[in-house]
Order: sequence, then C-alpha cells, then structure tokens
Amino acid sequence: MTPLINPVTLFFASIFTSNILLTNFLGTCSFISISKDWKSSFGLGMAVTVVMTITAAVSWLVLEYVIAPLELEYLSFIVFIVVIAAVVQILEMVIDRASPALYMSLGIFLPLITVNCAILGAILFMQIRHYGFVQTVAFGAGSGLGWWLAILLLAAIRERTEKNPVPAGLKGPGITMITIGFMAMAFIGFSGMIAVQ
Amino acid sequence: MKAPKAVAILKDNLWANNPIFIQILGICSTLAVTNSLNNTLVMTVGVALTTAFSSLTLSALKDLIPRKVRMIVQVVVISFYVILIDILLRAYLPEASRQLGPYVGLIITNCIIMGRAEAFAQANPPLLSFWDGLTSGLGYMAVLMAIAAVRELLGFGTLFGLRVMPEGFVPWTIMIMAPSAFFLVAMVMWWAKSVQARRQTAGKEAKK
Repeated sequence: MTPLINPVTLFFASIFTSNILLTNFLGTCSFISISKDWKSSFGLGMAVTVVMTITAAVSWLVLEYVIAPLELEYLSFIVFIVVIAAVVQILEMVIDRASPALYMSLGIFLPLITVNCAILGAILFMQIRHYGFVQTVAFGAGSGLGWWLAILLLAAIRERTEKNPVPAGLKGPGITMITIGFMAMAFIGFSGMIAVQ
Repeated sequence: MKAPKAVAILKDNLWANNPIFIQILGICSTLAVTNSLNNTLVMTVGVALTTAFSSLTLSALKDLIPRKVRMIVQVVVISFYVILIDILLRAYLPEASRQLGPYVGLIITNCIIMGRAEAFAQANPPLLSFWDGLTSGLGYMAVLMAIAAVRELLGFGTLFGLRVMPEGFVPWTIMIMAPSAFFLVAMVMWWAKSVQARRQTAGKEAKK
C-alpha cells in the first residue's frame, strides 16, 4: 500500500492534489450552506482543521492500541464516531476555559463538525491506506487545511458573484455547485505535481 | 398505514421535496462513487435501507429516548445499520465492497438519514417512518443513478460495465473526474427547479 510516502509530501498532497473536498466530495453539505459568508467560513474552516488533526491522531492511537489488539474491527465505525464526538466535546470545554474570545468565534461550529463527513472520511482513509502515526497527523492536518482553503476560496467567489444575474432555476445551490465544479477543475491542475494514491 | 398518506409521502420524497435537488442533503458521501453505475446502485441501496431501518427503529424508540441524548442515540443506531450493511457487502459482494472502500462507512454521516430521523421519525408511527425513509432513499437513488449513467456512458463508454458506445468512441476523461459530478448535480437542480417553477406559475394562472 502506501507506507513509504514521505509525511511532508502527504501533507502537501492532501492540501492540493487530493483535496478532500474537491476530489473526494467530503464535507459538501456544510460547505454549501456555510460558504455564503466569509467570516463563518473562516471559523468553520479553522475548526475543521483543528478537529481533523486531533481526531485523526486520536483515532490512530485507538485503532492501534485498542481496536486491533481486541479484534474489534467490525465495531470501528461506532468507535470512530464516538471518538469524534468526544474530541469535539472536550475541545469545546478546553477552548471555553482557555480563550472565551476564541470560543465565541469557534464555538457554534464545533457541534456541526461531529456530523461533517470530511472528518470521518479522513479517518476511514487513514485506516484503509494503513498510514503510520506521523503520516496520519500530516494527512489530517493537510486535509483540514485543504478544506479550509477550499471553503475560503468559495466564500470569496460567492461574495463577488452574489449580485450577478443567474437563470432563475440555477439560483442558490445550483450556481454554487457549478462554481465548485470550476474550482475542482482548477485544482486538477495541481495533480501532475505530486502523485499520491 | 393509510394508503393516501403513503402515496403523498412517496410523491413528496421523489419529487417535491427530493433530498438532492431541493434539500441539498447527503451529497457528500455518495457523489464520489457516481462514475460507475454498479457502485452507485450498491451505495444508494445501502443508503435507502439504512434510512428506512433507522427511521423505523428511532420512531419505535422515540418515547424511550431522553431528548438530551437524542443525537448520540441516533448516531449509534445509524452506525449499527451501516455496520450490518458493511458486513453484508463484504460477505456477498466483496468486489464492490473493496471498490467502495471508505465510502460505505461514510453512509453514517449522510445527512439524509439524520435529517429524516429528526424531521419525520420523531413525530410519526414506525411503519410510516419506515416508508418515509425508504422513499427518501429512492428519490436520492433516482437522481444519483441518472448522474452515474451520464458519467459512466461518457467517461468509459459503458453502462453497468457493458460496452454500449461504438468502437471509435473517445471517452471524455473529465466525466470520470470530480468536476463533472458537480456540474451534473447543478444541471439536475436547474432542470428540476425550472420545471417546478413553471408548474407553480401554471397552477396560479389556472386558479385565476
């Protein structure tokens, strides 16, 4: 499989060439509804990046030291979901204590993240591709940053094109999907640079 | 289950309130596999069954679940059904299971399932909720199968893995890649919304 990929390569690859949103479609739901507003997009993107890095690392540890020795692979979906929910909950409490200002800007997005497909997706990819610990952290952080980048770009584009005339049937989500399609095409341009997968 | 209500739910979920082009739910986990009809079929059947059975279960249990822990109970019930589907796929369709990879597990985070559980199963009897979940899954399946048909036909020149295009056909590489799925979803939305808008105006004029 892929145990030999350099973590640094993996990090950049998961931001650009195999962006979790634009090539794997993960996290599209919240992506479309939140990207109307640049500020919220920034907050959600940051929250996704933080949560994804931490949950990927924690899930790797759980997978390696709890699930694998006990041969509970068939329960792994439930375990991952619980890990995500727990990390989000703990993070919420820690941020609330440590920095109320950050909590105000990040707090409302944290519960949303529990059901963000991108987080679970990153964990499942990690499991299927047999990444090591350092690779997992690099992959989690890279995928999160890639998602953040994508939502910021889309929010910026949507802010610019909001007033443009669009056929009535295509208003709202329709034109957003087309915009994402163009972004995905642009990101394909990166794909010659690093070959992963 | 009363027949007229069941029919109304069917119509609503397939067309007027279709999960994809009206509610924009649950696109994430399945769009990635729409470059092959076989995989799309397996995946959407999985989604439809999960939605139906988790709605049934949650509706039957709704009086027993405290409101505060509702979300986590929903997620656990959904994960349970997804694990069943994953195990069944591995046993009976190992090839499809290998190709779908992580996407089977991602059915858990498909927003349609949670959406139906929250919006419908909370307030309706179990059988009706089952029907609602199933028909939502069918509406979802219909759209994704249409998208998959276009992508597979133009991207590989095949339908369900069988060659249909003539010898000299040059496959459209873009159709296999991610952007085409976004464009096709947008096209479906455009078409559906335009038709619905036309019917609405036609209906209003008829009333005058």
